Amino acid sequence: MYLQLGWRNIWRNPRRTTVIVTAVVIGVWSMIFLGALMRGVADQMVRNGIATLTGHLQIHQKGYRSDPVIENSIEAPSNLEQALTRLLPPNAHWAPRVRVNGVVSNARHSDGITFVGVDPAREAEVSFVKPAIVEGRYLVDEDEYGILIGEALAEKFETQIGRKVVIMSQDTNEEIASRAFRIVGIFRAEMEATEKQFVFVTLPAAQQMLSLHDGISEISILLPSREQVDSVAAALRHVLPAELEVQTWQQLLPMVTAVLTMYDSFIFLWFLVVFVAMAFGIVNTTLMAVFERVREFGLLKALGMRPRSIVLEVLTESFFVLVIGVVLGNCFGFLTTNALFRNGIDLSALSAGLEYVGMARVVYPIILSKDVITANLVVFLLGLLVSLYPAVKAARFTPVEAMAHT
Amino acid sequence: MNIVECTNVTKIYQQGRVKVTALDDVSLSMEKGSFAALAGPSGSGKTTLLNIIGGLDVPDSGRVLVDGNSLQEMTQSQLANLRLHKVGFVFQSYNLIPVLSAVENVEFVMLLQGIAAKERRERAMAILDDVGLENKYRRRPAELSGGQQQRVAVARAIVSSPSIVLADEPTANLDSKTGNGLLEMMKEMNERKKVTFIFSTHDRMVMDYARRLIQIRDGKIFNDQLKPG
Repeated sequence: MYLQLGWRNIWRNPRRTTVIVTAVVIGVWSMIFLGALMRGVADQMVRNGIATLTGHLQIHQKGYRSDPVIENSIEAPSNLEQALTRLLPPNAHWAPRVRVNGVVSNARHSDGITFVGVDPAREAEVSFVKPAIVEGRYLVDEDEYGILIGEALAEKFETQIGRKVVIMSQDTNEEIASRAFRIVGIFRAEMEATEKQFVFVTLPAAQQMLSLHDGISEISILLPSREQVDSVAAALRHVLPAELEVQTWQQLLPMVTAVLTMYDSFIFLWFLVVFVAMAFGIVNTTLMAVFERVREFGLLKALGMRPRSIVLEVLTESFFVLVIGVVLGNCFGFLTTNALFRNGIDLSALSAGLEYVGMARVVYPIILSKDVITANLVVFLLGLLVSLYPAVKAARFTPVEAMAHT
Repeated sequence: MNIVECTNVTKIYQQGRVKVTALDDVSLSMEKGSFAALAGPSGSGKTTLLNIIGGLDVPDSGRVLVDGNSLQEMTQSQLANLRLHKVGFVFQSYNLIPVLSAVENVEFVMLLQGIAAKERRERAMAILDDVGLENKYRRRPAELSGGQQQRVAVARAIVSSPSIVLADEPTANLDSKTGNGLLEMMKEMNERKKVTFIFSTHDRMVMDYARRLIQIRDGKIFNDQLKPG
């Protein structure tokens, strides 16, 4: 009975019902869509951070993180290989690197950079570099003098494939080491800052130039899933020598981690704001519907309907409005998110600001089930809760006063 | 046993700073099967008395028994229960739930009583036939004339076999022909089904139909007349 009465009552004033349903639809849609957008932004930040050489985990010599100089290198890294092979899960990859600060220069320009020596095959499994090549080719093991530079750096230096640049840095003898490298490939990264910051050579070339022998600066590890980070980190810390330290991407990217935490709060606050705005609409509309029907509620009470039944009847009307709004809001939310998922949202116009916070130029929205469930529960349950006020008001009309109402 | 017993009933309303005595020490008894009218001008207290008998209002003093139930001792929930099972109402206007059809309006009280769907439907249709509304089961109130709406209201009032039907100015919004037809129907229900009817009215036609006429003025019964035959 409540369902039948409730359903028919909401359509007594189709325009009003359409307005409030539209408000709920927009509210739910915005919760899902904007929540997906924020999650997409956060996820892109994490992916970019991890792909931009961070990986899920890194192993360093103690002291390297605070002072990334050649003296704080890992000696005899081959001893680590066995531990890594044993402890890392299937489909995990790792790559050794030499990574020091240096200067790159050519006839026209010079600039500070991060000089990175990589094992080409291993590096291709761990970071963004190989798929990011847009001109020339990727490094091969035989490249003694080959170098990869970023597109933005090439543009700044007015240079191109086949030309030379000189890299200078401090070697293990605390002397300035320098070498000329020939540009074999140019890469394009998500962020221009990455293109300007990093240059890549083969690991042996870097070790040779810096008199490092077989020492390396770090090992970067990429796991099949982010959920495995903490357990793998704990396992590694257990077996690795005391002079080495293992750090997770959260520790290596503290700003990204802080922004992620902030996003969780943003999403919660957004949901709250949307709901509060919607709640006023729901309460107002339901109150209007109740006060328009004062005499009818008086009649219902006169006929013997209990106050709690009247409350239930009014709540049933809100229930239908909320169900319709929630279902449609979810549909629109999923449709618009999926429509943008393939190509993403291009925020190039804001690229300078986005780079500052580590955001990519193109953002792909991501729907998390916990956000959808939260949005639906917030709207539905709190919507029913705020409808209690007009419902109780309806139940409190005395038959005599209500029937006399004009 | 009397179906209604009112003893020294007084009801006072506060209207702003003024106290208005709607009923002043009224005593009244009504036998089962009565077809009575409470008559008087506007403000005489007839509707107040009707509301008190129906459990819609409570007196400030005095005692009211309806079908043996003392209303003073009842909670709001118990009064609602009494109205549901013992009392049928026909109001001057706004009798029906607008979103329900004629048959659904009649079924509504039985629904509240917990009667099964099949029985509800059968009884509702039968009573609508009785009041001359066969083939109008699915019409909504907006699709019925004033007289037809009142017939549906009467059908709803008596379908659950109440002890008493209280009708507050039921013909007030009807033309004389329609009102006459309605009263004929209610009289027939009273005679055939022995349902007690009490009207509140200032309509001469209703007073003429009533077998007992109780005249009220200024909150007091000044004449209580049983018509011969």
